[in-house]
Amino acid sequence: MPDSQASASQASTGQVSTMEHEAHNPALLHHFADAQQQKNAASLGMWLFLVTEIMFFGGMFCAYLIYRLKYFDAFAAGSQQLSIKLGAFNTAVLIISSVTVVLAVKAAEAGKRKVLVGYLAVTVLLGLTFLVVKGFEYAEKFEKHHVPGPSFNFTDTFDDNGKQIPVNPKEAELFFSIYFVMTGMHALHMIIGCGLFTGLAILAWKGHYSPEYFTPIENGGLYWHLVDIIWIYLFPLLYLISRHS
Amino acid sequence: MAQHEEHTTHSQGFYLAIGAILLVLTATTVGAAFVNLGPFNPILALLIATIKATLVVLFFMHVKGASEKLTGAVVVSGFFFLAILISLSLADYMTRSWR
Repeated sequence: MPDSQASASQASTGQVSTMEHEAHNPALLHHFADAQQQKNAASLGMWLFLVTEIMFFGGMFCAYLIYRLKYFDAFAAGSQQLSIKLGAFNTAVLIISSVTVVLAVKAAEAGKRKVLVGYLAVTVLLGLTFLVVKGFEYAEKFEKHHVPGPSFNFTDTFDDNGKQIPVNPKEAELFFSIYFVMTGMHALHMIIGCGLFTGLAILAWKGHYSPEYFTPIENGGLYWHLVDIIWIYLFPLLYLISRHS
Repeated sequence: MAQHEEHTTHSQGFYLAIGAILLVLTATTVGAAFVNLGPFNPILALLIATIKATLVVLFFMHVKGASEKLTGAVVVSGFFFLAILISLSLADYMTRSWR
């Protein structure tokens, strides 16, 4: 009752009521009922974007599956040219980076600014590590003429339990086309993610986030985890075809 | 402050444990690739990848415990349409041998 009396008296004197603004966090926008609703809306919007990303990569996974079933020998021969060591190392790097991201979100929720900046910085460094290793892998492909194009050259055979099966170079070129498009699109997402997290780290350092408002950290984290999940599928599908010979 | 209790972040140890499980599963999938399981090699690789992805979605992306049921519905519908894309495309391409 005192509130309504106060606002009534302010209104009667012709002043704009400031009561509502004193009551809430500045990060809460006016068209949301409360902070939780705003957070749910942001999370839902982010997930809708991630679903479009799943369908975007899904088309490429579908193309991969169709050609793998059609030209299995060439895909196996191409896969045997990739480095399992580097691929597994990069998988581990991305998994550790996902852990640092989730710990960053936890630090943001607890309002620990320096810990948050630390985890965000470590995440960027792990992302850059992934990209550098990927760069070395690409360089090796250029040296071996395994990059699709005029200079593509593939003379390797599919080692099927000691039996050497010759491979059509055109079909192997298809494997490497899919390899470069899929890992390339994934690497592009990693580059965007590193830029995004660098920006988040700078804003976190400046104190933009509080336990009441850290939605960009959460949604940036969702993006990073999705890129991690895509690699979790890319690694066995590209690197581990018919390795038991 | 009551809003915060709805949000389910876990303890640091829990996240490290999930990370450790993911690393172990990565080592498992590499190891399994060198064992000849015939047609089950790719199936096992995809099964392990799906277990890893599910762990990430549920516990790192906080879908388990999200207060909004709608978020869960969006996530499930995303994977549902991906399943339609892949299953119907393969149902076409894998049944063309009569041509």
